[in-house]
Amino acid sequence: MRSLVLASHVLAALGLASMGLLAAGTPARAQEALPHQEWSFNGPFGPFDRAAAQRGYQVYKEVCSNCHSLKAAYYRDLAGIGLSAEQIKATAASVTVPDIGPDGAPAERPALPSDHFRSPFPNELAARAALNGALPPDLSVIELAREGGADYVDALLTGYSDPPAGMKMGDGMNYNKYFPGNQIAMPRPLQDGQVTYADGTPASTAQEAHDVATFLAYIAQPEMEARKRMGVKVVLFLIFLTGITYAVKRKVWSDVDH
Amino acid sequence: MVGLHKSEFANPVINWIDTRLPIFTMMQKEYGVFPTPKNFNYFWNFGALAMVNLVIMIVTGIVLAMNYKPDAALAFDSVQRIMRDVNFGWMIRYVHANGASMFFIVTYIHLFRGLYYGSYKMPRELLWMIGVVILLLMMATAFMGYVLPWGQMSYWGATVITNLFSAIPVVGNSIVTWLWGGFAVGDATLNRFFSLHYLLPFVLVGVVFLHVAALHITGSNNPLGIEVKGPQDTLPFHPYYTVKDSVGICVFLLVFAVLVFFVPNFFSSPDNFIPANPLATPAEIVPEWYFLPFYAILRSVPNKLGGVMMMFGSIAVLFVLPWLDTSKVRSCKFRPVYRQFLFLLVIAVITLGTVGAHRPEGIWVYLGRVATLYYFLHFLVILPVLGKLERTLPLPESISRKVLPGGGGPLPGGAAAKPMEKM
Repeated sequence: MRSLVLASHVLAALGLASMGLLAAGTPARAQEALPHQEWSFNGPFGPFDRAAAQRGYQVYKEVCSNCHSLKAAYYRDLAGIGLSAEQIKATAASVTVPDIGPDGAPAERPALPSDHFRSPFPNELAARAALNGALPPDLSVIELAREGGADYVDALLTGYSDPPAGMKMGDGMNYNKYFPGNQIAMPRPLQDGQVTYADGTPASTAQEAHDVATFLAYIAQPEMEARKRMGVKVVLFLIFLTGITYAVKRKVWSDVDH
Repeated sequence: MVGLHKSEFANPVINWIDTRLPIFTMMQKEYGVFPTPKNFNYFWNFGALAMVNLVIMIVTGIVLAMNYKPDAALAFDSVQRIMRDVNFGWMIRYVHANGASMFFIVTYIHLFRGLYYGSYKMPRELLWMIGVVILLLMMATAFMGYVLPWGQMSYWGATVITNLFSAIPVVGNSIVTWLWGGFAVGDATLNRFFSLHYLLPFVLVGVVFLHVAALHITGSNNPLGIEVKGPQDTLPFHPYYTVKDSVGICVFLLVFAVLVFFVPNFFSSPDNFIPANPLATPAEIVPEWYFLPFYAILRSVPNKLGGVMMMFGSIAVLFVLPWLDTSKVRSCKFRPVYRQFLFLLVIAVITLGTVGAHRPEGIWVYLGRVATLYYFLHFLVILPVLGKLERTLPLPESISRKVLPGGGGPLPGGAAAKPMEKM
């Protein structure tokens, strides 16, 4: 009985602590509170919305990939958002990747499904030289590397506007209410009708942002669906095991006056 | 024959081995029939849980090391390779990463159990001190492990923590350079941290062995905090506590699995998914949650050397705890006043943990200082004085006879048949 009271004290204390921790300021937080979106992959069972992720890949390919790399991902990863082996082969072959030719000299060849996504710039200096000194971050794990994840990416892509009166903007900088410091080097990348979706979905800015945030969520955690599926089985098994172990414990202890 | 052990095992193979190397007799003595107080509650699970956790960390760590590259240019990408290309690599890494947090949760509860039931007192002082050594080794191992993914928080956490040694007068800066293997945290630092991160867990295993060996000399403490008087107070470890520990292990694994499979990045900082960049300092450098109370103590002192000394002092004070607590009564059950102070200590430590996660400004500075003050007051002033002043409740005669014959016991008559220790 007393240990129950003790346990409740400890639990209450832990609860307070976690509230404190959650409220803690974190370095990668945005300036304005992020609007929360509905994501298919939220929650313990949620899968990636295949159609949205495929549209998102189209946005990445046609817009983002002009500046942003996806170094950790492979073309074969696109199988996870529902592309067939032929589609993956075709989309990989549509770009060339650097290689060493048979004569030992640097050469280019069509990409294979086993290749990493082609980076738009060979290195950081080349990117900065081409982009007014700015370095576009790699997007492989961007949704894990920003507080808010998909909500942040979505908000950032739709958060552009004219700067408030009196705000002094740096040279070549753009106002974005969700970017830390509100001045971002990247110009507004998405407009209404920026892409023409193959499935006929109207390409509003919000739609494009939502789709590409879904795609990047997949790229950041391609294991997520397998992880959750396995998690359900593991947790169910452990609940069962806990139950029978507790029953055995009761049985073993039944003859003890304690 | 001289020197051979007289084994009692019937199986000829076991008997042959046991005669020459009595490991089966030892296991039977220490884990089979080992007399264990019969009144443990579930708080006594946490030592076994910590042991299981250590094994999980070593197994997953060895597999990770097969695929990880301790090279400043390759480390970050090799972690992504583990997550994406290694079969079940994501699971192994998430188990290892969340295992560190689970290890500290379990160990902190284990430590609290020791404080609440006075497990550090005569004759278990050395057992307790070895436990504090284990805590220190765990902290060092966890700190170096967190550097290995070579993200922003790895890099800057390593920079901040190693820089603490520069507070040492005269030789401080030389020590820091020596630790780094250079003039900044870099490739050499990463390499040596990897090497030590692989070594220390095995040192930990050795010290844990000593911890258990010392435990088996003194025997376990128990919720009443009184010594075992005879066989009527104990049960053989197997099957009673093997099965009770198994229940705890199942629940532990359940919590662990929920973390790993559904919220694997619950405890991690988004900044550590940004590759280490010596030229860009993150807006805030926050250590892992299990270091936050100590980090808060460090920052509560306006002087660097003072802060570092207070931080290490907060652990050092635990070493001498058996002599700071002057009360002869172990368990909080019979120390109503100490109990209140102990809960204040828990609140102080949790406050420190919260303070450590915030910028040191405004109210957080004062909260941090008050909590730091209480932490040290508790150990250095309250415990020595309280032991002399406190009127403790009457102790039961023995574990199996909790009610005093004179009627001094707090239990109602009917409770003897179904005592409150039942859990």
